[in-house]
Amino acid sequence: MNWDWEVVDDFMPRFWDGLALTLQALVLGSLIAFALGLVWAMAQRSDLRAIRWPVTAFTEFVRNTPLLVQLFFLFYVVPEWGPSMSPLTTGIIGLGLHYSTYTAEVYRAGIGGVPQGQWEAATALNLPRVRTWTAVILPQAIRRVVPALGNYVIAMLKDSPMIAVIGALEMFGEAEGFSNETFTTEAYTIVGVAFIVIAYPASLLIRLLERRLVLTS
Amino acid sequence: MMTQGMFENYFLPGVWVTVQVTLFSAALAAVVALIVGTLRASRLWIVRFLSGVYFELFRGTSALILMFWLVFAVPLMFRWQFAPMYAGVLALGLTYGAYGSEVVRGALAAVPVAQREAGVALGFTRFQRLRRIELPQAWPEMVPPFNNLLIELLKGTALVSTIMVADMTYAGNLVRIGSNESAPVYTLLLVLYFVMAFVLTRGMRVLERHAKAGVGQAPPRGGLWSRLALRESAGEGSGALTAGGAAR
Repeated sequence: MNWDWEVVDDFMPRFWDGLALTLQALVLGSLIAFALGLVWAMAQRSDLRAIRWPVTAFTEFVRNTPLLVQLFFLFYVVPEWGPSMSPLTTGIIGLGLHYSTYTAEVYRAGIGGVPQGQWEAATALNLPRVRTWTAVILPQAIRRVVPALGNYVIAMLKDSPMIAVIGALEMFGEAEGFSNETFTTEAYTIVGVAFIVIAYPASLLIRLLERRLVLTS
Repeated sequence: MMTQGMFENYFLPGVWVTVQVTLFSAALAAVVALIVGTLRASRLWIVRFLSGVYFELFRGTSALILMFWLVFAVPLMFRWQFAPMYAGVLALGLTYGAYGSEVVRGALAAVPVAQREAGVALGFTRFQRLRRIELPQAWPEMVPPFNNLLIELLKGTALVSTIMVADMTYAGNLVRIGSNESAPVYTLLLVLYFVMAFVLTRGMRVLERHAKAGVGQAPPRGGLWSRLALRESAGEGSGALTAGGAAR
């Protein structure tokens, strides 16, 4: 087995740069996914067919096509008629958009899990539509979907190397660049291990969170 | 626009490669899922522990990095080289097999205990019990989450384009470079993946219908245009993708 610790030392500075970018993409991507997913979920419950139908079709399409191709689409096609974005921005939007279609399903399940009586009570109290959502339904719905949302953050972490393909140098992109320049391969192993080291404690944390929320609700 | 030559020489073979990679890695993932999922319910703690380690390891890594590692790091470290396509199939099969093992484990655990006890009372061996009693009853439970994983796997096959396997996405990139136009080819790609996902879902629905009929349950509702995968499972099945549906 070939393994050279000096190569590892040389790679470390770039590794930390990459890690910072990965985490940045992850945090911003998650925020987009959480916000946009809620918009999709609420739009899918709309009374207007003209809103419900296109949103459902769009989320269905985005969810069932590969993120990699969507990234290419955002990076090469969108600038032809829209704004031209940096690789990192494109990557963050791509991750956020792709995962928003998953979180939409999570919110949908959460909203569907709120007992019918709560809706009826809001109607009986004559609450306006906005207040029904913000004060009655969403607080109950979001509470029970927090662990599921966390799962998708981890899934997004594991999909984040894809943004390297369009040139955003996160962990994996740095490893690829370093390996190509130095004709070594240790960097891939380091990054692979780093993903496990981040993802495993995160999934333990979510299991803990899940147990706590189940106990108290 | 894409010329006819590009279409026939790059794109169509690429579609075929995508289909092949999907089928091969799905087959590998199914085998891995079944074996690891069964072992995770073993009586011996060491077997449970090792299969659990396998699950956590492959659930924690990114399939893309695993692919690169198999293609670039393994030949140097272990003097063993894969053809790119088999490295891709292996990476996808092992990763999605790990996700699938959670589905298998959950479905086996959901078989009523009385069924297992009846098997013991009738003097079945462990293997007979698994094959004749537990798996046939767990199977209908597995089909819908397997459908979700299959769609995820299909989407994952686009990753093999990064390790120089000439699949659909790779062909799409070639066509973009060759024709200097990106909109038509990437739109076509997205639509093709969507159509494939749709066909797979329809196939799995048929399978689910058969499986449910086999154990005397009502077939699933929903017609041809009902939603695609991941619909009915937002709560639980998709959890298997990451946190292993801990609170099942």
